[in-house]
Amino acid sequence: MPLLPLILFILVAAIPVALCVPRLPKKLRGCILALPAALAFALLAGPVAQQVLEAGSLRFSAAWIPQLQIDFALNLNGMGLLLALLVTGIGSCIMLYASGYMGDHPQANRLFAFLYAFMLAMAGLAMADHLIVFFIFWELTSVTSYLLIGFNHQDADSRRSALQALLITGMGGVALLAGSILLANAGGSWYLSELVEQQATILAHANYPGILGLILLAAFTKSAQFPFHFWLPNAMAAPTPVSAYLHSATMVKAGIFLLLTMLPIIGGSRAWFITLALAGGITLLLGGLFGLKQDDLKKILAGSTLAVLGLLTLLIGIGSDKAVLAALLFLVGHAFYKAALFMTAGAIDHETGTRDTRILSGLRKLMPWTAAAAILAALSKMGLPPFFGFIGKEYAYKASLYSEVGGLLTTVLVLGNAMLFALAIRSGIVPFINKPNTDALPKPRPHEAPISMLIGPLLLATIGILVGLAPQLIQPLIDSAHQSIAGTGELSAVKLWTGINLPLILSIVTVVSGFLVLKIRQPINRGIQKLSFPDADEVYDKVLAQILLFANWQTRLLQSGYLRNYLIIIISTTAGLITLKLLKFNDYPLYDGVEGLSAFSAVISVIMLFAIGLAVFTKSRLTALIALGVIGFGVASIFAIYSAPDLAITQILVETLSVVLFAWVVYKLPVFQEFSSKRTIRFDMILSATMGILTTILLLKSEALDMGNSISHQLSEWSYPLANGANIVNVILVDFRALDTLGEIVVLSIAAVGVWALIDSQRQKPTKK
Amino acid sequence: MHSSLLSISARYLSQLLFVLSLVVLYRGHNLPGGGFIGGLIAASAILLIALARNWDEALASLRFSPLNIIVTGLSIAVLSGIPGLIQNGAYLTGEWLPFFELPLLGKIKLGTPLLFDIGVYLAVIGSTIKCAHSLGMDIDESA
Repeated sequence: MPLLPLILFILVAAIPVALCVPRLPKKLRGCILALPAALAFALLAGPVAQQVLEAGSLRFSAAWIPQLQIDFALNLNGMGLLLALLVTGIGSCIMLYASGYMGDHPQANRLFAFLYAFMLAMAGLAMADHLIVFFIFWELTSVTSYLLIGFNHQDADSRRSALQALLITGMGGVALLAGSILLANAGGSWYLSELVEQQATILAHANYPGILGLILLAAFTKSAQFPFHFWLPNAMAAPTPVSAYLHSATMVKAGIFLLLTMLPIIGGSRAWFITLALAGGITLLLGGLFGLKQDDLKKILAGSTLAVLGLLTLLIGIGSDKAVLAALLFLVGHAFYKAALFMTAGAIDHETGTRDTRILSGLRKLMPWTAAAAILAALSKMGLPPFFGFIGKEYAYKASLYSEVGGLLTTVLVLGNAMLFALAIRSGIVPFINKPNTDALPKPRPHEAPISMLIGPLLLATIGILVGLAPQLIQPLIDSAHQSIAGTGELSAVKLWTGINLPLILSIVTVVSGFLVLKIRQPINRGIQKLSFPDADEVYDKVLAQILLFANWQTRLLQSGYLRNYLIIIISTTAGLITLKLLKFNDYPLYDGVEGLSAFSAVISVIMLFAIGLAVFTKSRLTALIALGVIGFGVASIFAIYSAPDLAITQILVETLSVVLFAWVVYKLPVFQEFSSKRTIRFDMILSATMGILTTILLLKSEALDMGNSISHQLSEWSYPLANGANIVNVILVDFRALDTLGEIVVLSIAAVGVWALIDSQRQKPTKK
Repeated sequence: MHSSLLSISARYLSQLLFVLSLVVLYRGHNLPGGGFIGGLIAASAILLIALARNWDEALASLRFSPLNIIVTGLSIAVLSGIPGLIQNGAYLTGEWLPFFELPLLGKIKLGTPLLFDIGVYLAVIGSTIKCAHSLGMDIDESA
C-alpha cells in the first residue's frame, strides 16, 4: 500500500482500538493508545519525509467520483509534512497523556476515539490536494471538535460551547466550499498543486474578491481570528487533553495552514495584506488582553493562543519570504510550548483540583517534574534565548521591519509579544514559585502527576530547547515547507544568534515591557472594563437569538397548520413562477387547439364543467364528492381517448378509491357550514381562476415549443428488444427508470405510515378541554 | 349501513378482483397493467370487503398486516435490483430467465423487472390499505 493512504488507514484503524483501550490493564493502556499515532509519526518522519525532502512532494491518487471530476488526490508537500508531523507527534504525546488524565472515566474510550478521528481529519487535511477532499477533511475537524468540546455533555456550558464552535467553524466550512468552487472555476483546476501556477490568472479574475472573502472567512473562523475569536476561550470547556491538542497545537492551526496554502494561490494582493494584517493585529492584542484578565490557567493559555494565532495571521498577511519563514518558525515553536503548557496545566488541575492562579503557588517542591516541564515551556514562550521561541520572535521582527508600514506592525508585534511574555510567566512560572499554599487547595496533599502525564510535556519542552540550540536539526523540514509556499524563495540558514541588530534590541524591549505589563496588569484590566467594549460572546448570543426568531417567524408563516393557507402559498408560488416564465417567452404563439378536439372529448369537457360548477356551489358534501368523482372519471376518459390506457386505468382506480375513502370520512365531519367571509371567497375565486387561466395558456403555448428530440420515440424503439416488454409505460416504470419507481414506492410507504401515525396519535390522545 | 346483497356479492366479487389484479400484474409488461394498477385493484378488493362487512374481516382476508406487506414489497423491490448489479454492474438492470412455453399461457417471461413489479404491487396494496384503515377504522367501531 502506498505510504500516504497507509498512514490514513492506520489512523482509521486506531479508532476501534481506542474504543477498546479502557478494557486493557492499566499499565498497557497508555502505550497501546499512543502506538498508532507513534507509528504514523514514524512513517512520516522516516520514509515519507525522505521522499518529500528529495522530490518536494509525495503524491497519491485514487478514483472516487470520476463523473464529477473528483478523485481522492493526496499531495504531501513540505508544509503538509510539517503539519502532519506536528499532528501525529504531538498527538502521540497527547494520547499517552490522555490515558493518564482520563483515568477511569466511564466514557474515556469515546474521548480516545474522537481524538483519533480528529487526528485522521488533520492528517488528511495536511495531505489533501483536491479542493473537495480538503473541504471534507476540514469539515471532519469541525465535527470532531464539536464532539470533543461537548464531551462533558451533562454540562450545559459544555454543550453551548460545543455548539458555538460548530456553528462558527461550520459557517467557515460552507464558505470554504463556496470559495473552493469559485476558485476552481477561476483557476481552471481542482488541484491545489496546479492552482499554484495560476496565481496571476486568479488575482485578475472578476470573482477574486469573492474567492478571497470566502476563503478568509473559512480560515478566520477556524483559527479564531477577530471577529470570530470568542469561540476559542469557550472551547476550554473541553477536557484538558483536548484543549492541549485541538485548541492550541493543531485544529486552530488548520486555518493558518489554509492561509499558508492559499498564500501562493490567492495571496499577494493589497486586500490580502490589509485584511490579514488588520484581523491578525487585532486578534493579537485582543488575545493578549483577554489572557491578562483571566485567573484560570486554561483561559490564560487560551488568550495567549489567540494572540499567537493573530501574530501568525499578521505574518502571513505580510507574505514576504521572511514573513513566511518567521510564521513557520513561530508556528512550530508555539506548537511545542503551548501543548506542553496545557498538559502541565491539566496535571496541576488533576493533582490539586484547581486551575486558579490566585491559589496556586510553590508547587515546584510538590510536583518537581511538572514544574520543570512547565518552566522550560514557559521560557520558550517568553522568547528567551536559547529556546526555539526566541528564534521565532526574532524572525518575526525581521519580517515586520522590512514590510510596508513596518513601524506600525512592529509596534503591534512588540506589544503582543510583551503580553505573551507576561502570560507565559503567569501560566508557566507563577504556580511553581513562592511558598506552597496547600491549605487553600481543594485536594489536600498534592503530589507528582503519574508518569504517563509527564512524558509528553517533558518531551515537548526539551525539544523546544534542543531545536533552539541546534536549529539545523529541523532546518531541512522548515526549508521544504518554506519552499512549498514561497516557491523558489532564497533559503538562508536559521540561526539562534544573528549578532547585535535591531530585532535583538526589540527583543530586549519586549522583555522589559513584558515585566512592565505584568506589573500594571490590574490597572490595564480596570481601564478596559471602563471602555466597555461590546462582548463578542454576547453579540453571538443576540445574533443567534435573532436567527431563531426569524426561523420561528417564517415557520409559523409557512407552516401555519391551516390547509387553506398551505394551498394559497403553493398555488400563488406556482402561479407567480408560471407568470414569470410566460413573460419571458412572450413571443411564442398560442395554439388554437381546434384540430385536436374531437366531438367525444368536447362532450366530456362539458360534463366536467358542469360537475365543477356543481362541486363548487352545492351545499352537500356528498354531492360535492360525487361531482369530484365525475371530474376524475372525465379526466380518465380523456386519457383513454388520447390512447393512454395505463393512465386511464390508474386514474379510474385512484378516483374510485379516493371517493370510497372520502365517503368513509365524510360521516365523521360536522354538518356543512359556511364560515368563509365574502372577501375570502372572492380572493379564493380570483386565485383559482388565475391559476386555471395560467395553466391553460402554458399548455397552449407549450405546443409551439420545440423541445428537441423527444425521448419517447427512442424509448419505444428500445422497449421490446432491450427490455422484452411491449408496454412502454410499464417498461419505463420497472426497467428503464426503475430507480425512480423505487423512490416513489418508498415515498408511498412512508406516507402510509405517516397517515397511520398521525391519525393513531390523535386517537390515543385524550381530548383536551 | 348493512346490505345483505352487497355483503354476499362482495365475498365473490373480491376474489374475482383479486385474481384480476394478479392477471393485470403479470400482463403489465406487454399490455396495459402492471404492479401499480394491479395493486390498486387488489386494494379495492379488500376495501370492498371492509365496506360491505367490516374491517376485521377485511384484514383477516388479507392474512398479513398491511405494514408487513409494505415491508415485504419494498424488500422485494430493493433486492430485485441486485442480480443486475452483479451481472451488469448497474443496479436494477433487468435480468431475464430463459423464456419458455406453457400450454394455455403461451410464452412465459420471468425476470427481475417482474420481481420488481411484484414489489410495487405489494407496496401499493399495503400502503392503500394502511391509509384506508387508519381513516376508516373509527366509523367501523362507532357503527
